[in-house]
Amino acid sequence: MAIEINAQNMHFKLINEQIRASSEKEVVINNTIGQRFIGSGCVGKDIHIHGIPGNALGAYLTKSDITVYGNAQDALGDTMNDGTITVFGNCGDAPGYGMRDGKILIKGSAGYRAGIHMKQYMEKIPVLMIGGKVGDFLAEYQAGGKIIVLGLGYEDTCPVGSFCGTGMHGGAIYIRTDILPSGLPSQVDAFDATDADKEEIRPEIELFVSKFGGNADEILASHFFKLVPDTKNPYKQLYVNN
Amino acid sequence: MPVNFFPAEFEVVRNSDRCIKCRACERQCSNEVHIYDADFDKMLSRDNQCVDCQRCVSICPVSALKIVPNENAFRKSANYSQQLMIENYRQAGSGGVLLSSMGNPQDYPVYWDKILINASQVTNPPIDPLREPMETKVFLGKKPAGIKKNPDGSIDTHTEPYLELNMPILFSAMSYGSISKNAHESLARAATELGTYYNTGEGGLHKDFYQYGKNTIVQVASGRFGVFKDYLDTGAAIEIKMGQGAKPGIGGHLPGAKIREDVSKTRMIPMGTDAISPAPHHDIYSIEDLRQLIFSLKEATEYKKPVIVKVAAVHNVAAIASGIARSGADIIAIDGFRGGTGAAPTRIRDNVGIPIELALAAVDQRLRDEGIRNEVSIIAAGSVRSSADAVKAIALGADAVYIGTPALLALGCHLCRSCHSGKCNWGIATQRPDLVKRLNPDVGYQRLVNLVNAWNHEIKEIMGGMGINSIEALRGNRLMLRGIGLSQKELDILGILHAGE
Repeated sequence: MAIEINAQNMHFKLINEQIRASSEKEVVINNTIGQRFIGSGCVGKDIHIHGIPGNALGAYLTKSDITVYGNAQDALGDTMNDGTITVFGNCGDAPGYGMRDGKILIKGSAGYRAGIHMKQYMEKIPVLMIGGKVGDFLAEYQAGGKIIVLGLGYEDTCPVGSFCGTGMHGGAIYIRTDILPSGLPSQVDAFDATDADKEEIRPEIELFVSKFGGNADEILASHFFKLVPDTKNPYKQLYVNN
Repeated sequence: MPVNFFPAEFEVVRNSDRCIKCRACERQCSNEVHIYDADFDKMLSRDNQCVDCQRCVSICPVSALKIVPNENAFRKSANYSQQLMIENYRQAGSGGVLLSSMGNPQDYPVYWDKILINASQVTNPPIDPLREPMETKVFLGKKPAGIKKNPDGSIDTHTEPYLELNMPILFSAMSYGSISKNAHESLARAATELGTYYNTGEGGLHKDFYQYGKNTIVQVASGRFGVFKDYLDTGAAIEIKMGQGAKPGIGGHLPGAKIREDVSKTRMIPMGTDAISPAPHHDIYSIEDLRQLIFSLKEATEYKKPVIVKVAAVHNVAAIASGIARSGADIIAIDGFRGGTGAAPTRIRDNVGIPIELALAAVDQRLRDEGIRNEVSIIAAGSVRSSADAVKAIALGADAVYIGTPALLALGCHLCRSCHSGKCNWGIATQRPDLVKRLNPDVGYQRLVNLVNAWNHEIKEIMGGMGINSIEALRGNRLMLRGIGLSQKELDILGILHAGE
């Protein structure tokens, strides 16, 4: 049994109180009208959102799943800890900021500054996956994790905006495209993904198609670029002790 | 032979009459300054590697050592100092950005030293703290603007979350990574015993220190290192770091060499990678965005913890503080341009930002003028060097002060300003196990407790002298201050009269 919350005209504070108080793992929120912070710091819940959630959805999310049957806004999964956020639409700016683990799956496109400063540690490898295209400043300061941009429906253009990977010093970006993003910084190496590289993201692609439809083999048969930093210490040579 | 463009900064003076060649200095110096020459049975020095940390001087059993400034002098210029010339040689040799540590050492005015404190005579008697109670307890957080009543006529006693301090002093943010585990343990235990708080900095919280959670302020900065649910839940308050006095406008950068196993675990990043905190929070471009981060943290911790926003003192800090006070923050920490750091570009540290004294006075006045002073508490930081500085800060409008450098001094720091090398001989700013173990947390924590208790006693005495028996009555009480040798403009900004007025 799921707990149902009618979010119509309800303050975000009350929504979160009801989620926390819920004895059931599964919580369905209906008539969501832009309330921010839903599921912020939430532990051990499975939240289904109908309508439009506001900014900072699932911030610091822990051992929880959130599914949005529509679009999400800015700062989705900020400093997310683990769990899965699934969005059956597009999302706004800065999804997955400082993300530590877990998965964010966007069926459509994402705005600017996606995946900034994602990191990883041991078995904690976060994944940000975008089905469509993504704006400028993707993966700035990326320190770990996998960012996958599929560009589905944008095959004729590069699905990634400008200034991708600035300050990147860890992790990897996989982009399904024939056109390399322009103006990559010098400390990022871009190359054609090999079959072995593609196998690294097969589980994520299979998860993506299991949620949103499509064929994993067909997607993986396309050309991918893989972007990795060429050093873990990009700033090292900049300094002299004084 | 390569030409060495500049001489060693310091000279190791060894009294050979006293030296017994025990080689303790050689074993203790991580900079490898001292060497023993077996052929000549003699201790030698590599002066150019010395940073003047005074470790060898302190441990030499026969007091045979002195470290003195090298008297060799370039041709004097009031414009090009020798230091400036050497810095240019360094950059010409390497192409690097100059990197320094600890607070700005340049000769800017120190306003604390140009402010004098009042005392009572004849008409309003001083109070003796030895025989009368003096209240130094401080509560940090939002204060209600007025008394509200419930529908049944009773008084609404709901208060916003606050911090309770036994004295108006907290330990400022120093991350595990920039300082050692033993240094962190000393701070955590001292804060617990004193009834105040220490601050994790942006380095996460080591598992061993979760037990000190109720005396811990956990920091969230642009790099979000070690930030997760348990971390947020453990701290007594959450500090969002927007800026740091030593390096306003730029981020942090812990070199990969300092990310050893334990630091890696605490920050939750792989060993050996650089820990980069970008200059901006890339999700904060406005007061509204800041409000969003504050409330996402408040939601995540169920409104049980006050949120501190820390900013560097910069030119328009008063307007910035006004925005922060309206953003939902409970406490504003303002960090002046003399504040310490584990590493900052020299040019930034020495040239960016403004003094805390002026920033604090401007912020307090602005918030009063706008009628929102009760919305936030103010913590002043960035070179509060003594109890007298603390008293002056409180009289200028601070609720409490952060101390960083004095705490490090208590642990043995000699301000050699070489933290960024990671080779701290005092076991503070290093992760090298052989150096870290030189700092015994049992001793370190006691020295911190001693220091702060002594300061607190001095604060009581100074307050007593003014005839004030509660820190609440001192806060913003600028009539208790007079300026000496200050211009009218400086006095106006500080909101104080000149001595004699």
